[in-house]
Amino acid sequence: MLNVERLTKTYLSAGAPLTVLKEVSFSLSAGDSLAIVGPSGSGKTTLLGLCAGLDRPSAGVVTLAGEEIGRMSEDERARVRNEHVGFVFQNFQLIPTLTALENVQVPLELRGWSGRATEAEGLLERVGLGARRDHYPVQLSGGEQQRVALARAFVNSPKILFCDEPTGNLDGDTAHAMTDLIFEMNRERGATLVLVTHDIELARQCRRLLRLKAGMVVEDLRADEPETKAVHP
Amino acid sequence: MSFVLRMAWRDSRAARRRLALYSFSIVLGVAALVAIGSFSANLNSAIEGQAKGLLGADLAVHSRVALTPEAKAFLDSLGGEQAREVAFSTMVVFPDSGGRTRLVSLRAMEGAYPFYGEFLTNPAGAPSRLAAGEAVAVLEETLMSQFGVKVGDPIRLGTSTFTVVGALRNIPGESAAVAMLSPRIFIPYSRLAETGLLGPGSLVRYKTYFKFAAATDVERLVEDLRGRFRELRLGFDTVEERKNELGQSIRNVDAFFSLVGFVALFLGAIGVASAIHVYVRQRIATVAVLRCLGAGAWKSFSVYLVQGLLLGLVGAVVGAVLGVAIQVSLPPLVKDLLPFDVDFFISWSAVLRGVGAGLVICFLFTLLPLLSIRRVSPLVAIRASAAEETGSRDPLRWAVFAAIAMAVIVFSVWQAPRWQVGLGFVGALAVSFGVLAGLARGVSWCARCLVPQNAPYVWRQGIANLHRPNNRTVLLLLALGLGTFLVVTLALTRATLLAQIQGVGDNQRPNLLFFDIQDDQIGPLQKILHQEGAELKAQAPIVTMRLRSLKGRTVEQILKDEGSRIPAWTLRREYRSTYRGTLSATEKVIAGEFVGKVSPEAAVIPISIERGLAKDMQLGLGDTLEFDVQGVPMAARIASIREVEWRRMEPNFFMLFPEGALEAAPKFYVVATRAETPADSARLQQAVVSALPNVSAIDLALILQTLDGIFSKIQVVVQFMALFTVVTGVIVLAGAILSGRHQRLRESVLLRTLGASRRQLIRIQVVEYTILGALAAVVGCALAVGANALLAHFVFETAGALAPLTLAGAVAAVIAVTLATGLLSSRGVVDHPPLEVLRQET
Ligand SMILES: Nc1ncnc2c1ncn2[C@@H]1O[C@H](COP(=O)(O)OP(=O)(O)O)[C@@H](O)[C@H]1O
Ligand SMILES: [Mg+2]
Repeated sequence: MLNVERLTKTYLSAGAPLTVLKEVSFSLSAGDSLAIVGPSGSGKTTLLGLCAGLDRPSAGVVTLAGEEIGRMSEDERARVRNEHVGFVFQNFQLIPTLTALENVQVPLELRGWSGRATEAEGLLERVGLGARRDHYPVQLSGGEQQRVALARAFVNSPKILFCDEPTGNLDGDTAHAMTDLIFEMNRERGATLVLVTHDIELARQCRRLLRLKAGMVVEDLRADEPETKAVHP
Repeated sequence: MSFVLRMAWRDSRAARRRLALYSFSIVLGVAALVAIGSFSANLNSAIEGQAKGLLGADLAVHSRVALTPEAKAFLDSLGGEQAREVAFSTMVVFPDSGGRTRLVSLRAMEGAYPFYGEFLTNPAGAPSRLAAGEAVAVLEETLMSQFGVKVGDPIRLGTSTFTVVGALRNIPGESAAVAMLSPRIFIPYSRLAETGLLGPGSLVRYKTYFKFAAATDVERLVEDLRGRFRELRLGFDTVEERKNELGQSIRNVDAFFSLVGFVALFLGAIGVASAIHVYVRQRIATVAVLRCLGAGAWKSFSVYLVQGLLLGLVGAVVGAVLGVAIQVSLPPLVKDLLPFDVDFFISWSAVLRGVGAGLVICFLFTLLPLLSIRRVSPLVAIRASAAEETGSRDPLRWAVFAAIAMAVIVFSVWQAPRWQVGLGFVGALAVSFGVLAGLARGVSWCARCLVPQNAPYVWRQGIANLHRPNNRTVLLLLALGLGTFLVVTLALTRATLLAQIQGVGDNQRPNLLFFDIQDDQIGPLQKILHQEGAELKAQAPIVTMRLRSLKGRTVEQILKDEGSRIPAWTLRREYRSTYRGTLSATEKVIAGEFVGKVSPEAAVIPISIERGLAKDMQLGLGDTLEFDVQGVPMAARIASIREVEWRRMEPNFFMLFPEGALEAAPKFYVVATRAETPADSARLQQAVVSALPNVSAIDLALILQTLDGIFSKIQVVVQFMALFTVVTGVIVLAGAILSGRHQRLRESVLLRTLGASRRQLIRIQVVEYTILGALAAVVGCALAVGANALLAHFVFETAGALAPLTLAGAVAAVIAVTLATGLLSSRGVVDHPPLEVLRQET
């Protein structure tokens, strides 16, 4: 489903090149779940962005749902995102001018779909916000906004779901409920899951764990392989 | 596509009122274009419809001298019905108001003129009494009210007395503006001789009007006889010519106002662009999310392009409606300036043109900030800092800039009467924008450097607001400054022209001129001046003469030559030349040498010619001319070329002869003197006119009053147009403040959380807007003073007036308007509950 080979990202900021990801490789098959952990600044978000085709790698290859996205133009990558990818962001990123329901519908409408919003309404029901469909983001709490975002992430039946610290802005109980919801829905829909997190509990629920440090994979753990496989640079 | 429309509609939801306000920036520009365009169409159709009434006849022939028997025979051979008019300037005396006098244009009429259109008087019967040859007169309405003259009162013209039988309300051929220069009095032609006014030397216009059978092709007729008219030194006007002339002046005026309207549109578009810029900034996160969800670059761009286009459309349509409303209100404003009636109708092509110009300009300007949407990276959704990377160079931006420049050039060249004028306008626009923007930048930078560290907090904060990140100081200064600049320039130009005529600072200059003084009247006139205690400042003998030949070619030959580029008036006119031994204070020789005296036997007289005339006639030093001095031929050679300062109230001449050549010719005099007070001037004029009825007088006060009257009339119209720019500036200001409201709210909430009081917050705003207004006013006024100085120097050839009161008034007004707009648009910012704002942060 997702194949990453020797992925490297170098920023040319302030004159000096800064390598924030160095030769990262891994691959995930359909239905897998991966947690990316590591200290702040270690390159987790960068890796996620590259995997999801939000940015171009400096070197290396990313193959998403059988398509090599590194070679594609921005608009082709946008199409791939629309067809195969779902997103959940740390700061929710709902469009403030749209209602909850409209936010959920956007990915469908981008495909040219228009009609009864049964699918989107069903998903809102599923995340427990059926009654809030006409509310704007500012009228929703953080946890509620993140649930709307989750509904939006699933509305196009993505093959793979990317979450960047989905519980980072939520308090303990809300975060807990959110975690459960993500995994439940992921299981229901059989999507591949890639999530960046600080939350150990969340990370432990994934079948696989990738620990980054200074742009390199320092630990690659699989639930079905009990021993740690440390990768040394 | 449906996604784009739906998304655009939803996305604008929270901002529609704000977007509507932005769209209002272009409303006035479009309104101006529509109003002017449509009104011009009204004027043109009025000209078309009332064509014959414009001239009052099928053909008007005019001459500066009484018709020769040959000319008369020629005119009679044309057939049709004739009417005659003799017109010249003279003094009227009002015996019932203590013998007060006034220079007027006297028209002696004979025949059924006007053949077309109406001769309207109040009461209505007056024209028939004129036609009957009674000793009656019709007076300009303004003249009657000014001197308190009523129907039945006597007036004196020369040595005879006439009874006023009516006030003039309308006669074809001339606008009321012409009459302001010199009010008209109509008398029967048969009564002219007995006034004794038509002496030698009077500048008289003899007119013959024709009415032909309906089927006559007048254009063909005059075309065939053009050569004959020239030979006989007759000028003529046909309906077609008059129509073309009027059409041309309407086109010029239309072009001028369209360009003024365009400035407003341009300014408004800049306002729209800057408001959209802020709008787009607030939408970057949304765009990034759309990109993450799979929207392509152009698709997300289109979402906002649609909003921009709709905004332009709303502005243009509202502008068109307002424009039509303004068009309705224009006729009363310009009624006095027009020689015909105007019917109202909406010119749809003008409406389309205005709306089109508004849409195109607005579209191009909104494109500028919108382009950056294409470059918003989806990464922004996961990392806000990525937003800063979008500022890199975009080739499309330059394409848009080029398109804007093209659009402006195309519009200007298309509107302007000549392409050079259009390009000049574009240049002036670019320079004033550049200068304003540059000055604004410099001034706001200075404000930062010069603010004292120990100034009160509200001052420092208010000034800091002018140069903090994302400030709109330059835009606001541009918006307010440009309007100020236009309006103040107009006011200063008026002051300059009036001051120039007044000759401020020089109270020794002559301010009263007597002319048409016959040879035997100069002695008595000098005596009267002496009795009244008036000093004779200048006295010049005048000898009338006409040109016979130029560099060996006769005037007739040159006139017949279609290829000749010498203006016909310079050949046909009657020259009123003088002779002197020295140059006067208003003259300067710029080439050759002035000769002051010749012996009576000299065969060729060395004369001095005025520079502009020499250029028109293509004459240089040493060229020869031959004059006809009232029947006597006289050969002359150009010995010097003079620069003459015409605007002073002193007798000035095209041709200056030396002493010793013209003394024997029949001559008359012009005398310049000075009266200290208006009362002195009136007394002196009355004394002269009662003793010497044919002598005319003109005083400076009268000229000033006349010019002032004309200025006020034109200024109403021009100020009205300039106001569009000012109001657009105010709307741009309001829009800019509203679009920055979000930032303001956050700041004010923060300040309040830190303990600032409402009063303090308001005072910060007062400081900010006062400074802004003051800067705009000062920059605008500075530019206006500069522009006026340039105009004064290059166009009016004088020093620009400063008019400190006008400037101070403008500064005060601009500050007041800025402050009011600023406080009104940010109303509520200081009252917002902090909690609500903090919630919006997430
Ligand atoms: N545009 C950029 N230019 C330069 N350095 C960047 C840029 N974006 C991110 N970085 C750097 O890359 C490193 C990794 O960032 P990130 O992937 O956001 O880390 P994480 O998500 O693990 O906290 C950080 O040191 C960050 O400063
Ligand atoms: Mg991160």
